[in-house]
Amino acid sequence: MSKTIPHLPKLGRRGLLLGLTALAVSGQARLAVAAPARSAAPQGRGEARMVVVLLRGALDGLAVVQAYGDPAFRELRQTLALPEPGAEEGVLELGGFFGLHPSMTNLHGMFRGNEALVLHAIAGPYRTRSHFDAQDMLESGADSRLSSGWLNRALQSLPVDADAQGARAALALGLDMPLLLRGPRPVSMFAPPRGEAPPPELYARLADLAHDDPLLGPAVQEGLRARGFASGVLDKEETRGGGFLYLAGSAGRLLAAADGPRVAALEMGGWDTHASQPNRLKGQLAQLDAGLGALREQMGEAWKHCAVLVMTEFGRTVRVNGNNGTDHGTGGAAFLLGGAVAGGRVMADWPGLGQGRLFEDRDLQPSMDLREVAKTLLRDHLRLPAQALDAAFPDSRQVGPKAGLLRD
Amino acid sequence: MDVSRHHAAFRFGLGARPDQPLPDDPPRALLAELTREPGPLPLPEGWDHQPTMVDIMAVWDEELATRDTPMPGNQRPRAALARKEMRALVEHCLATPDGFRERLVLFWTNHFTASRRSGNVQAFLGDYMRRAIRPHVAGSFADMLVATTWHPAMLYYLNQSSSVGPNSLTGRRAQLGLNENLGREILELHTLSPAAGYSQADVTSFAKLLTGLTVQRRNGTGTIFAANRHEPGPKRVFGEEFGEGAQEIERALRWLAVQESTQRHLAIKLVRHFVDDTPPPAAVQKVFSTLRDSRSDIGAAARTLVDMPETWQKPLAKLKTPQEFAFAALRGLGAGPRHAPVALRVAGSLGQQVWLATDPIGWPDRAEDWVTPEGVLQRMEQAHDMAGRFSRLDPMALAETTLGPLARPETLQAARRAGSQRDGLTLVLASPEFQRR
Repeated sequence: MSKTIPHLPKLGRRGLLLGLTALAVSGQARLAVAAPARSAAPQGRGEARMVVVLLRGALDGLAVVQAYGDPAFRELRQTLALPEPGAEEGVLELGGFFGLHPSMTNLHGMFRGNEALVLHAIAGPYRTRSHFDAQDMLESGADSRLSSGWLNRALQSLPVDADAQGARAALALGLDMPLLLRGPRPVSMFAPPRGEAPPPELYARLADLAHDDPLLGPAVQEGLRARGFASGVLDKEETRGGGFLYLAGSAGRLLAAADGPRVAALEMGGWDTHASQPNRLKGQLAQLDAGLGALREQMGEAWKHCAVLVMTEFGRTVRVNGNNGTDHGTGGAAFLLGGAVAGGRVMADWPGLGQGRLFEDRDLQPSMDLREVAKTLLRDHLRLPAQALDAAFPDSRQVGPKAGLLRD
Repeated sequence: MDVSRHHAAFRFGLGARPDQPLPDDPPRALLAELTREPGPLPLPEGWDHQPTMVDIMAVWDEELATRDTPMPGNQRPRAALARKEMRALVEHCLATPDGFRERLVLFWTNHFTASRRSGNVQAFLGDYMRRAIRPHVAGSFADMLVATTWHPAMLYYLNQSSSVGPNSLTGRRAQLGLNENLGREILELHTLSPAAGYSQADVTSFAKLLTGLTVQRRNGTGTIFAANRHEPGPKRVFGEEFGEGAQEIERALRWLAVQESTQRHLAIKLVRHFVDDTPPPAAVQKVFSTLRDSRSDIGAAARTLVDMPETWQKPLAKLKTPQEFAFAALRGLGAGPRHAPVALRVAGSLGQQVWLATDPIGWPDRAEDWVTPEGVLQRMEQAHDMAGRFSRLDPMALAETTLGPLARPETLQAARRAGSQRDGLTLVLASPEFQRR
């Protein structure tokens, strides 16, 4: 299974795409959505790039960003508390009160280069401890599960400027479209190709056969478009692995392309550390860190105009449970990285961990709302209008964008 | 034209086979599957009997004994047993004439997900399906809930094996404590569901009640109740008070199994799986009433699904999951046991590896969770791969066996005009009507 065959032989692709264009012209309204007309906007896509990384399963914020300066930290965290900065296997210094997990060396480098902002005691507005409900609400941007995600709805305000063969404004990486990017705005997908390639004409036949199916028809169209785009940029690159490192590196490369998407979302699972947390997190965090490093490297110059939001559905219990792990909690940590970010700081209205400070006497008390960060990125980074923020996060005017997250 | 014979083979079954003629009276045949004794299951390669708990623990011992021997991860004893068990399961899925029963087995296995993502779980999953799921698919939900909760696969998967009552003998002596994982997921996923409105206190309290349930590997014992790990005192769960001991754990599970919130949760899931992604309220109400009036008899619920018109009204409303697609395609092509690895690989590369659900909630059950632009192209590529193994088969015969009157004229025409038999087969398998069920 290590052999990779390009999906669309170069000879076939052009003819195939021509065929599809003809199909689009003769097709119906939904194909107009699949192939939006070129707009008159002269600046094209603009330079700002935004990436959202979803960590599914609830990352323990206090494990990745340890509040070693809090007098209650060590006693509550016990085996989960790492040595202080400077000690062997100690946390990496984040300015005198917080320390970063030692697996996160790339992130620490970005922090020192003022490209990474650490957000702590942060959470979504919901207070459920169910992964599935919380992920739905985190991605929906509402207090119930919607059928679309906040990022997709926000992007409806972005001018449509992709032509039929170019990139969409937004890109999801992975085999599955996250709820975050589902919705009315068409989104491209990129996944490591697998399997053996049928002859090119079969793809066109399949597109014909699926044409009238309301679900499969648009998916086939979009799949062919995405491959036409992605295979051009990635060319003959090895596509083995498919892990977070590969996806993050691919995201970087695709975002860096002049005609690339402006927004990308990818995800990484495996954060539900109910047992043996220290060991499990070591590998998980190293993989996340390597991916973030690859994203930065592959973006090249475009990194200057990029903001990456790394977030999870909720934090975990402050105290260690019976298995050297933690259970589902509330407040946690998030990261904002990129050249557009006013980094080099930990931003937290620190609630403290001592007696009476914990949420329901078990979790880190949230003092910042993830929506504040998301709204800031939409308004001040992507420069979307006010109605985009309203569409993204309905009924939440009381939660405004936040100052001090971005440069300038 | 009567499409019900072919509809039933997809909607309730794993898909038609050329060597298994479709019954003339589908509802009657489906109901008969639930009452007759199921056929024997294939054995894992190299075994002359189905592995028992003693055998599995011996495999685990062997793994410990060869810990320092270098070998590829998938050849280690427990992983090797899991691989053979998966292959035997898939051989059965490809061959069985009892497709409805097997679909129920897969449905309930997914409801009570235990994933080989946790290394300690993998060797138990064959036994888990044989002893905790299969005997109960046409019987009582309470029996299945007790059997799954009591099985080492579940105890390891959701960390119950290491949860200790903080005030138990063991908890006070060694510094061990509670792990809420199994307690929470039983309430959230297996029984009441969050719609019931239980609280964090219920979760903690139920987790305390479950303490003591753990796994003893010695002598191939399996699950035990260790009183010295059991949290003392009464526990209140969702308004009901429970005492101490294993019999109280079982009483709590049996009580949860017949709560109306549980019955509603199960009814919605069953109707979503067998009728429509958006469960019609009338259909949910019928299955719910059956469960309520039968103290959660899931065999009765299955019969209601067959009896009610909603299941027959919208053919092809559901999308096949990758596993359903792989099984249906290979069955339609007349695959034999040697094709089991193909089915495993196809389902896996389309994102649904056997026994490897990402989360305790199991695999999703709606089309939107499986249809992705890249995914639909990969389905065709996998169809092409499978078709390549049967390229002397007539595409028209495949269409007739599997789709019958559900095949659209344009699909038949495209298959007939395809450049090769293999391409024709590919188009039948990749067609929207075959992707659906």
